[in-house]
Amino acid sequence: MNTPTKKTTENVFNAPLTDNNKHSQVQHSEPKDRVILHSDCNCFYASVECLYNPEIRQKPVAVSGNPENRHGIILTKNEIAKKFGVKTGEPIWQAKQKCPELVTVPPRFELYKKFSQLTRQIYGEYSDRIQGFGLDEAWIDVTGSTKYIGSGTLIAKEINRRIKNELGITVSVGVSFNKIFAKFGSDYKKPDAITVINRENYRDIVWNSPAEDLLYVGKATKKKMNTLGIRTIGEIANTPIEYLRNNFGKWGDVLWAFANGLDCSPVTKESEADSVKSIGNSTTTPRDLENFEDVKSVMTVLCQCVARRLRAQGFKAKVLQISVRDKFLSSFTRQTTMDSPTNITEHITKTALKLFYNSYTSFTPIRSIGVSLTDFSPENTPSQISLFCDERKNRRLESLDSTVDRLKERFGNYSLVTANLLKDPALSRFNPYEEHTVHPVGYF
Amino acid sequence: MKQYVSVEARFDEDGNLLPLRICWEDGRCFEIDKITDVRFAPSLKSGGVGLRYTCRIGSNQRYLYFDENRWFIESI
Repeated sequence: MNTPTKKTTENVFNAPLTDNNKHSQVQHSEPKDRVILHSDCNCFYASVECLYNPEIRQKPVAVSGNPENRHGIILTKNEIAKKFGVKTGEPIWQAKQKCPELVTVPPRFELYKKFSQLTRQIYGEYSDRIQGFGLDEAWIDVTGSTKYIGSGTLIAKEINRRIKNELGITVSVGVSFNKIFAKFGSDYKKPDAITVINRENYRDIVWNSPAEDLLYVGKATKKKMNTLGIRTIGEIANTPIEYLRNNFGKWGDVLWAFANGLDCSPVTKESEADSVKSIGNSTTTPRDLENFEDVKSVMTVLCQCVARRLRAQGFKAKVLQISVRDKFLSSFTRQTTMDSPTNITEHITKTALKLFYNSYTSFTPIRSIGVSLTDFSPENTPSQISLFCDERKNRRLESLDSTVDRLKERFGNYSLVTANLLKDPALSRFNPYEEHTVHPVGYF
Repeated sequence: MKQYVSVEARFDEDGNLLPLRICWEDGRCFEIDKITDVRFAPSLKSGGVGLRYTCRIGSNQRYLYFDENRWFIESI
């Protein structure tokens, strides 16, 4: 079959094949399309819970946070609950209005991580190029395996069958020539389905779908696109790239490429992926934070946690960001650059509190608060010391942190707490280091 | 019904773990006559997943699961 590149070469040179240009044609032939699968575990948390609790398997089930700690939102729901209109992210009371029989169960993240690892082990039998996208999704580049195992569709069927038979949950798999269309395919038909998006059918399937079905077209982008008269992925693809760029900046280029099937980003092996880019923790507090003392307690726990995680990764951070949401659900984020990269708990806590004091002047009671660190450098990177800072004290603080980390590792998180956290244990006795640390991931 | 049981097992030369005897809480023990299949599988009746041994005990067939260093049995 002639590839477009070959045709172009022939047209330009308009010459019959000779021994010389035969060679050049072979060299310039277009590389074979990649075969990429995107596997998405259907209703992941709820499916695992139903597997472990056969008595609720035929009932509408939702995994939700604890309402007593004001974490009472739906994290995920099973297919039966979905039919009642239960939505991820809505409060439990609202979901129960739609579905009074709804069974809510608390999340067990360790169990979900175990299942995530088990699915990755299965994927690993078909390719070494596996890129996770959250606990329940992964891209698998099987280009190299098709010669030995069979087509992408065959491998997708095999993965789908094995996960069902070996793990008792179902997956939807998209098969395509790039990651974006493979992801689109896994979302296209659910649950327990396989969708192939190839060069022949993507205009029919992908282009006729609403713009928001494309990865990275969220609510705000969709709204803006609709005002520009762009409603389908096909319309994104056929809009001049300059027009998109003018309206969406560099994202215009990205979305145009995604819509046209031109995404060529590789499926990155976990080991090759860029290391962590940010570390953060946030919490919705059991009661509203009414004063600075309350904020100090919660912020201290969060800072201790992010600093400990930072040290565990062997990094220092230069940029600190806080996020605050008040009881009226209005929120803001502020960030600051620290004088030098640090992983010292005391420095991080002081910086976070200072940033908070300087940026939160209207004291509306606060519902949730978060701290994150970015702009990392390896902890052993030499850095310029300051004339005005006591480096000996820093060394002592580093040594103290290292000791505290070891003690907490050995005897548990609550074996050692700072005195100010004893004032209100209801606020400060939570352990973000071990509870609910599910790392969000981005495509880029 | 998920029933955790104690099991006498043996590691063979290749590192395979083979259950030999299942012992119930009341002290009764049953020899496993033959293992006809070993595979990773979910237990749809009891809940959970694990390495599933299909065991013949006398004239009966039972699924015995090994998960997180514990054994549990599911009646067929």
